[in-house]
Amino acid sequence: MEQVVLGFLLLAAAVAVLTTLGIVLSLAFETLRFFDKVPFTDFLFGLTWSPQTALRADQVASAGLFGAVPLFTGTLLISAIALGVAVPVGLMSAIYLSEYATPQIRNIMKPLLEVLAGVPTVVYGFFAALTVAPLIRGFGENIGLDASSESALAAGLVMGIMIIPFISSLSDDVLNAVPQLLRDGSLALGSTKSETIVNVVIPAAFPGIVSGVLLAASRAIGETMIVVMAAGLSANLTINPLEAVTTVTVQIVTLLVGDQEFDSAKTLSAFALALTLFIITLALNVIALKVVRKYREQYE
Amino acid sequence: MILPAPPLNGDRMKKRFRKERRFKFYGILALSFSLLAMVALFSTIIDKGVGAFRQTSITLDITLDQDAIDPEKTALRKTLAAADYNTPVKKALRALFPDVKKRKSKRRLYKLVSSGAAYDLRKAVLENPKLIGTTFAMAFPASADVDLYIKSQAQDSTQISSDQAGWIKKLQSSGRIETGLNWRFFTSGDSRNPELAGILGALVGSILTMAVTLGLSFPIAVAAAVYLEEFAGDNRFTRLIEVNINNLAAVPSIVFGLLGLSVFLNFFGLPRSAPLVGGMVLALMTLPTIIIAARASLKAVPPSIRHAALGLGATKLQTVLHHVLPLALPGILTGAIIGMAQALGETAPLLMIGMVAFIVDIPASFTDAATALPVQIYLWADSPERAFVEKTSGAIIVLLAFLISMNALAQWLRKKFEIKW
Repeated sequence: MEQVVLGFLLLAAAVAVLTTLGIVLSLAFETLRFFDKVPFTDFLFGLTWSPQTALRADQVASAGLFGAVPLFTGTLLISAIALGVAVPVGLMSAIYLSEYATPQIRNIMKPLLEVLAGVPTVVYGFFAALTVAPLIRGFGENIGLDASSESALAAGLVMGIMIIPFISSLSDDVLNAVPQLLRDGSLALGSTKSETIVNVVIPAAFPGIVSGVLLAASRAIGETMIVVMAAGLSANLTINPLEAVTTVTVQIVTLLVGDQEFDSAKTLSAFALALTLFIITLALNVIALKVVRKYREQYE
Repeated sequence: MILPAPPLNGDRMKKRFRKERRFKFYGILALSFSLLAMVALFSTIIDKGVGAFRQTSITLDITLDQDAIDPEKTALRKTLAAADYNTPVKKALRALFPDVKKRKSKRRLYKLVSSGAAYDLRKAVLENPKLIGTTFAMAFPASADVDLYIKSQAQDSTQISSDQAGWIKKLQSSGRIETGLNWRFFTSGDSRNPELAGILGALVGSILTMAVTLGLSFPIAVAAAVYLEEFAGDNRFTRLIEVNINNLAAVPSIVFGLLGLSVFLNFFGLPRSAPLVGGMVLALMTLPTIIIAARASLKAVPPSIRHAALGLGATKLQTVLHHVLPLALPGILTGAIIGMAQALGETAPLLMIGMVAFIVDIPASFTDAATALPVQIYLWADSPERAFVEKTSGAIIVLLAFLISMNALAQWLRKKFEIKW
């Protein structure tokens, strides 16, 4: 009896391994089929993304072009905007809450930030498309800039708001882990509070903060709904945040929603994109863990 | 080396204190930004969405001709169902405004009432065939444009023509227009007409999906956590599982959708768009969340409990099942609820397995085609009709209400059953 139950428990624990295996195998299998049709280098270094395969063979560009560079730059642009918003705001929020705020303010603000973290991404996407994008467009028109109605800025800004609680709660944990003795020492030597934070607390917490930022970056790169609803479909190779760009996740969704035939390069390319996404987020994750383990200051 | 102390120059100290104040101000600024974003988000949604819970109706005096509906007086359900109910509605509208003669203006007149009016009338007749041959007052949903026009305070709408505005005014003064609670929003499925669309289909789809998710992920996650905390030795296999769980927690949700598409749909041939498959995909996704919470909760049970049970002769399994697990259960449940709340708000993986179709019927089983609440939000947000903005926000309010109550439940559980050892 004990053996049977133990076997069941072991099996349950192995589901996690099986899931990872399933992800890797299914993505890799379809990706290999994709690279049968489209050369690996075309995918990774090609500058034009237009996966529409024509209905008739004699149509122009019937093969479709699968250069993923515009998608990578689009993803990076939006993620960079998101991190540009979330890192300073999240970090400063965490510093204020852990170093300055009274316990009452802390008790109110921390749960409020967590509410922001619990909002589904589809809601953020709706907010971005309905409110933020027109706002940016209107603002751009006022100062004489031509902003697209599906600008990278709108998607990035809203994604940044989504990531703020993520960064602030991770930074809060590492800031709190810095021993009080270090602060006391610095203050006793005559530093002001902000000097103590900038010169002592943040350097001590730095590996943890970096790892938090990397995790946030991985989350931004893999985020789907906000960009699907607010970023648009046109694969522009640009770093102008007022233009519409598209991302890896948006293309996966557009390629796979609706009817699909499973042997066309168009459908298979989604799996190649997903594998790329999987590898990048996994790498960011592994690096984040390594950073913490390697550079963590030990105070005990 | 001892440096001579810098003179305690008043200017320098002022500068440093100014810097200090500035630094603190940045912190307040950052917090205010987050708060402001949150207020903007929620006020936009609530402002746009409360209208979805109210619906304008127009009361018409319907005359049902026996000859037109059921000339042979068969009273057969089939005959009644097949009859034309558009004409009586149009007739009733014309009777109210006899001076409308031109064809184009007539068409505008008919557009005051929702195109679902005929269905409503048919339903009423099928429920009560005695209505045939009588004249009676019945309330019909106004069309989406009229509904928006009535509900917006300013009453300026480009969708309403001037003659329509005149008719509406007349209807209002004769008390035929009423705005009441929008039951239809909670009791019907999706529709192409905003005034007829409801969230029940998506809600049922979400509930079915969540049932599968919970039924799969909870037992598996608890078993995995028990294994890792109570039984596993420190070997390579255990470490492999741990690394996998941590990495799965960071995999983008859309990748799980692709896993579902290629393994569950294409390899195992499970039905597309089904809550069963959606639930399976979301179960894999929430597994790490629940496992991590369950492990923390098991770890918090002090070893003395285990030692006491073992000392009294219980087997290892009995110790875990009779003593450790019950003590850890509140914490595990809290983690499970939080995991379910995440799964309930998840959209992207469901798009991949086809739960994104236009589905009117309320799903009745785990293998029926269905959509889920967040997917419905996505679909409506994509619709060009202006009135769907209101419905989208309304559906978001419902979704957020569910999420907030789930999180509140988790907090309450945590507080109520928290044991300090």
